[in-house]
Amino acid sequence: MLVSINWLKEYVDIEGISTGELAEAITKTGVEVDGIHGPILNDEKIVVGYVEACEQHPNADKLNLCQVNVGEEELAQIVCGAPNVAQGQYVVVARPGARLPGGLKIKKAKLRGEASEGMICSLQELGVDEKDEKFVPDHQKDGIFVFDEEVQIGEPACPLLNLDDQVLELDLTPNRADCLNMIGMAYEVAAIYNKELQLPSPTVTKADESSNDYIAVRIENKEMNPYYGAWIIKDLEVKPSPLWLRNRLISAGIRPINNLVDITNYVLLEYGQPLHAFDYDRFGSKEVVTRPAHEGETMTTLDGKERTLQPEHLLITNGEKPHALAGVMGGQDSEVQDDTTTILLEAAYFDPKTVRKASSQHNLRSEASARFEKGVDLARVKEAAIRAAELYEELAGGTILGEMVEAGSTEREPVQITFERHEINERIGTELSIDQMNDILERLRLPYEQQGEQYTVTPPSRRNDLRILEDMVEEFARLYGYDHIPYTLPTGQSNKGGLTKRQRLTREVHAYLQKTGLNEALTYSLTTEEKSKHFVSPEIQTDQEAVKLLMPMTDLHSHLRLSAIPELLSSLQYNVARNQYNLGFYELGPVYLPNEGEDVLPKEELRVAAAITGIWENHPWQGEKKPVDFFVLKGILEGLFENFLKDDVVFEKASLDGLHPGRTAILKLNGETIGYIGQLHPSIQKDHDLDETYIFDLNLEMVFAHVDETPDYEPITKYPAVSQDLAFVVDSDVQAKELEQTIYQSGQPYLKTIRVFDVYQGEHMEEGKKSIAFNLTFQNNERTLKDDEVEELRERIIQEVKATYKAELRG
Amino acid sequence: MKERLQSIKQEAITEIEAADTQKSLQDVRVQFLGKKGKITEVLKGMGKLSKEERPVIGQLANEVRDEITASIEEKADLLEKQAIEEQLKEETIDVTLPGRPTHTGGPHILMKTIRDIEDLFIGMGYEVAEGPEVETDYYNFEALNLPKGHPARDMQDSFYITEELLMRTHTSPVQARTLNAHEGRGPVKIICPGKVYRRDTDDATHSHQFTQIEGLYVDEHITMSDLKGTLNVLAKHLFGEDREIRLRPSFFPFTEPSVEMDISCKVCNGDGCSVCKHTGWIEILGAGLVHPNVLEMAGFDSKKYTGFAFGMGPERIAMLKYGIEDIRHFYTNDVRFLKQFHQV
Repeated sequence: MLVSINWLKEYVDIEGISTGELAEAITKTGVEVDGIHGPILNDEKIVVGYVEACEQHPNADKLNLCQVNVGEEELAQIVCGAPNVAQGQYVVVARPGARLPGGLKIKKAKLRGEASEGMICSLQELGVDEKDEKFVPDHQKDGIFVFDEEVQIGEPACPLLNLDDQVLELDLTPNRADCLNMIGMAYEVAAIYNKELQLPSPTVTKADESSNDYIAVRIENKEMNPYYGAWIIKDLEVKPSPLWLRNRLISAGIRPINNLVDITNYVLLEYGQPLHAFDYDRFGSKEVVTRPAHEGETMTTLDGKERTLQPEHLLITNGEKPHALAGVMGGQDSEVQDDTTTILLEAAYFDPKTVRKASSQHNLRSEASARFEKGVDLARVKEAAIRAAELYEELAGGTILGEMVEAGSTEREPVQITFERHEINERIGTELSIDQMNDILERLRLPYEQQGEQYTVTPPSRRNDLRILEDMVEEFARLYGYDHIPYTLPTGQSNKGGLTKRQRLTREVHAYLQKTGLNEALTYSLTTEEKSKHFVSPEIQTDQEAVKLLMPMTDLHSHLRLSAIPELLSSLQYNVARNQYNLGFYELGPVYLPNEGEDVLPKEELRVAAAITGIWENHPWQGEKKPVDFFVLKGILEGLFENFLKDDVVFEKASLDGLHPGRTAILKLNGETIGYIGQLHPSIQKDHDLDETYIFDLNLEMVFAHVDETPDYEPITKYPAVSQDLAFVVDSDVQAKELEQTIYQSGQPYLKTIRVFDVYQGEHMEEGKKSIAFNLTFQNNERTLKDDEVEELRERIIQEVKATYKAELRG
Repeated sequence: MKERLQSIKQEAITEIEAADTQKSLQDVRVQFLGKKGKITEVLKGMGKLSKEERPVIGQLANEVRDEITASIEEKADLLEKQAIEEQLKEETIDVTLPGRPTHTGGPHILMKTIRDIEDLFIGMGYEVAEGPEVETDYYNFEALNLPKGHPARDMQDSFYITEELLMRTHTSPVQARTLNAHEGRGPVKIICPGKVYRRDTDDATHSHQFTQIEGLYVDEHITMSDLKGTLNVLAKHLFGEDREIRLRPSFFPFTEPSVEMDISCKVCNGDGCSVCKHTGWIEILGAGLVHPNVLEMAGFDSKKYTGFAFGMGPERIAMLKYGIEDIRHFYTNDVRFLKQFHQV
């Protein structure tokens, strides 16, 4: 919504208030001012001139020598190159000393030997710039601006052309539809500054002839169309609107067309009531019937487009043919044209939802639909029609035929809001007195009754947004001023507050992973259909398709992820493409598991996924560079499990899609799969331009479900531990974990810890064999172990391993 | 004999002085004090001496031996010191060379911003509440006073999954869910962070996925001034003690009255600059008193209970605080971007 300051001044006295000040006051009281435009030009040396004579320049074919009356004793001689300049025109003259937009300063000059005292200007030269090109009438595009009417010679021209105006650009919230018009803004400004209001009180001379003889109105659906008024206006003459009216429209961003059309637009801006003028002679019947469209019915709107309609759209018809899509756009068949003499003026109330559906489905947002969608003021529908009729009489020579023909009603269920003073103060946190509250209500011009502490407010229909106590709280708060409300903190009973266990654990997982050197990443939850199928952990049932959007905006974000890995890999690839090679990312967040049944929420499962690639350990100046490997990432996971779980997580060799078949494990906790770890399959690495890359995807819900944070404290024993090393040669497919378990079981009761300290395969080792060396620690917490006790356990372990794995003790 | 001992002593001292390694010093020790050493030999020859001479020469021999021993030890100490100094010299490094890097990971700036706000409110007795990202139409809209066909649904074009399910467009449904769970009894003091989704084309200022953090406080006697005081604490915590706040009316379907909070522009201190579009103020968040319909739908008596709610975008806060120019940076995970925020 654009609000012209010059126009606003017609209704409310804002002399002495700067536009900047006004904008801030409006913003702080309820309507955000997004910007202030103008003034374009305000120079007193730019005046109205009258071309007394115009003849060809003696020395130049394309120049004219004009004698211009600029309100002084002597005529000014001005050389003008515009093709449309002619004797008898009222024009805009920039006198010597004037400064035009763009910095051009006008000076006395000699052009081809002839003196020139100024410049006759085009609108473009006056600063009606590219953006406002539509406001330059076609016939003046290539020449000077010529007034259509008689104007005072010598008068400053900038105010006449409204170039001195400033315009506020408002960002209106949906509740303040009352400010979608000049009168509404005048109410608002008058309330802020406690000023008088000068509102129009239109009157018309009604001819004896009755509109009823020309038209009848029938409403088929009262819900979609509660009220419809039709008025016949005859003897009209189509011509350009007077300058003041054109200026008003231009200031609001609407292009002037002709007087018949401009008047409806002017009233729309002034009252917020959209009106429509049909050419009565082209309407084709003596009856207006408003009705829902038939399924598949078509009509051609003013913009020349054929629209296919549904029963949820409301039509204005002549009983047979549609002539307008109600509240949105008129039809081509009954459009006002240059030969129009009689109009059918429509003043109606259309249901906001109905208009909204039509305008959004047909992508037709107009000044009219924007207002109907938010609900126009029922009390002003008829008054707006009277205002328009007055202007048709005054500016187009129209004859108004009797009373408007009406159907339906503009009655509205009255709203009353009753409250006590303390209810307002308790919600704002203030101590407003009765006087202060009365003052605010009076400034807002809201009818009210006050008896002691008790108030009853009856909001007028222009303030349809006021319905409940809390709406009044807002009115008092904003007029009193949010700046004046004190700063307090709630004083109720205090809470413990804080994090739940799950939230705390989540934070600890973050802290741990960051400590290991991983960077927290954030990727999109919505991914491609293809990506949604990959790297899904095996415990998630993959036979079901990922949850997908009904209407994705793009295929890139159509499905909800089942793993963060695919998007993390894209992040790795993004970085590698920018020469960042050593990367470690993790992302902690939900994946979205589809649930059976319609309209059942997906299960959001908290998981953490990580991906690392590049050099993991390096020495900056000694050439040591160790690329990341399986055991780096496994170590990170083991540390995580050690921090949170007492139960062992088993890494079980596995083969999973997209992963290296020899370097992948699934993770099992108490027999249940909780995720996987592995190297990206080399072919996928290649697809992503990545070196060796390792990933894991872990179900945190399962980890959290088994978290045991109570430490099992054991006093530190004073008896010494005995350390022994054992190395076995076994088949290469024997896994370390199996050996470890066998050793652990055979080494009881005194074997405390086992640590692999060497694995060897290759030279000096038989083909298909490997050596694994363990360091074992024996200890008895009650006494010092005897040598033969350790020896006995060692022997038992060796025999058991030899028997189970056909192993040999090494050297 | 006397002369012999004197000359041995002289000889020993000369050799000790000449010894320049522990090894050569050890040789000197053996040569003079060893089993076959020169002093021992003198002592062995004592038998040939007279009764009177024997104690005199014996004492002298002992003195000479002690002196040689002391000299050797002194020299040994000296040599050891020299050796240590030699070693220290050899071990000297260029301390200006770079150290071996440790692994330094860190949090994402958005998560850090959220945690910072969470912690501020936890300190004031709030709990952190969470809810699903895929929501029902009821919790995302209807329970928040946005019935079907409400014009404000325009303001939040959404990603629907079915007619009834959608990606939540704000974190406000968590408020509705939490209120419901309290069964009409206050106080409810929560802070709700999370991801939200809207039908926007990704560009420098729009993202189809972004984060929000909201606060809700419902109790008896909660006022607009309580909201103002709370937001003042928040604004100063986030942007510095010298920032001023201002509230101005706005509209959200789930609060009435609704306000937006601006902070005084840090760049121009309120004088007006391009950052604040020459207004001196920068919009930070939306807030208001919880709409009675929202309270009633969740089972609270809106005559007895009032409450305030506020919501903000961590992206916007981070962008303002650090001058980040493109919202897409938060989701592309460029390490050169991420690492800049590990220390803040």
